[in-house]
Amino acid sequence: MPSLKDLKGRISSVKSTRKITSAMKMVAASKLRRAQTAAESARPFAERMERMLGTLAGSLAGQSDAPRLLAGTGRDDVHLIVMVTADRGLCGGFNSSIVRDTRRLVAALLKDGKTVKILPVGRKGREQIKRDYGKLLIEGFEGLGRRGVSFPEADQVAAKVTALFADEEFDVCTVVYNRFKSAISQEVTRQQLIPFPAPAQEAARDDAAKAIYEFEPDEEGILASLLPRNLAVQLFRALLESQASEQGARMSAMDNATRNAGDMIDRLTLQYNRSRQAQITKELIEIISGAEAL
Amino acid sequence: MPDKIQFELVSPAKLLISAAVDMVVVPGSEGDFGALARHAPMIATVRPGVIDVHDGGKVSDTIFVAGGFAEVTEERITVLAEEAMPVADITKALAETRVKAAKQAMADAKSDLEKASAEKLMAVATAMDAVAH
Repeated sequence: MPSLKDLKGRISSVKSTRKITSAMKMVAASKLRRAQTAAESARPFAERMERMLGTLAGSLAGQSDAPRLLAGTGRDDVHLIVMVTADRGLCGGFNSSIVRDTRRLVAALLKDGKTVKILPVGRKGREQIKRDYGKLLIEGFEGLGRRGVSFPEADQVAAKVTALFADEEFDVCTVVYNRFKSAISQEVTRQQLIPFPAPAQEAARDDAAKAIYEFEPDEEGILASLLPRNLAVQLFRALLESQASEQGARMSAMDNATRNAGDMIDRLTLQYNRSRQAQITKELIEIISGAEAL
Repeated sequence: MPDKIQFELVSPAKLLISAAVDMVVVPGSEGDFGALARHAPMIATVRPGVIDVHDGGKVSDTIFVAGGFAEVTEERITVLAEEAMPVADITKALAETRVKAAKQAMADAKSDLEKASAEKLMAVATAMDAVAH
């Protein structure tokens, strides 16, 4: 049975925890709004770029000398996984669900005899996956998007991926990130970046049938500059979605924590009052029985 | 001129302009071109420079873009710019800082990749300097 003083101490400590979690919830909510707007306003660019790339890919489809970023190296041996997590914790299952999915992907690839490299973006994911696949980790990025994700930051990541690809360090590149669905739900998404996935090319063929485009300079010239751009844009989108998801996850996690702290305070207060009452009763009994003995 | 062309200017961060205008003059990498309604479908790369938007018989808007891509169809022109700002916002001081930063990047560049990106910065900065006031 804890003493009254212990109970009082615990109540006040839970109270201050509740203050912190509710403040974190407020902060996450306001950051969420900003991140959500950013993610949504970035969509037109990514969509139009995809459409343009689709048109180009459609007109180049079937050619054997297509650029390697589009067609890949023709092999499928070394996989690079870009794992997008947050730098900070206290956001529910946000980081661990990404890490869990990555771990599953890596295990499946390793079983098929592929080589895997992991490029972690965000500190938390790196720490978590280090335990199992520390040897597969290559140098990643931390501290991105502290003040909202900016395009140059995504460009840095893209430049790194492109450089690795140019050095033939990998054949297939996949990015794993949390896609923002709503403030309370995120969806772990795997998106293949290199080679440029086929479905978009299918759609492009329909488009290309409608209009015959002129190209200035030629198709190859445009593709050569469009493909690396596209990579950066897709990564930018992944980072933005992840950022919005993180804030959403943190908001709901902190909301839960605040509610739990409230419940705990109620419980502790009840216990405190009961033991206070018990003590008073005990003292009264002592006085009364003392008086009766006289 | 009854027909107008839908002009869209998009940067990675957001959709900047979406308006129906008479003509758009874009600094293509192989030379400037004007796009009016019913232009032949075309995809072109854009060099750092100034987009002139013509509407109502005069230049209604001038925007600096740091390179990108343009897609022209019969009824629409979409410019994907890496960076865009109104020419009016470019001051001499801003352009000079950019030129200085680009020079610094040129000096610091070691690998071929860094050199290439520094050269790109330089091209953007020079173009910006040319229109600054």
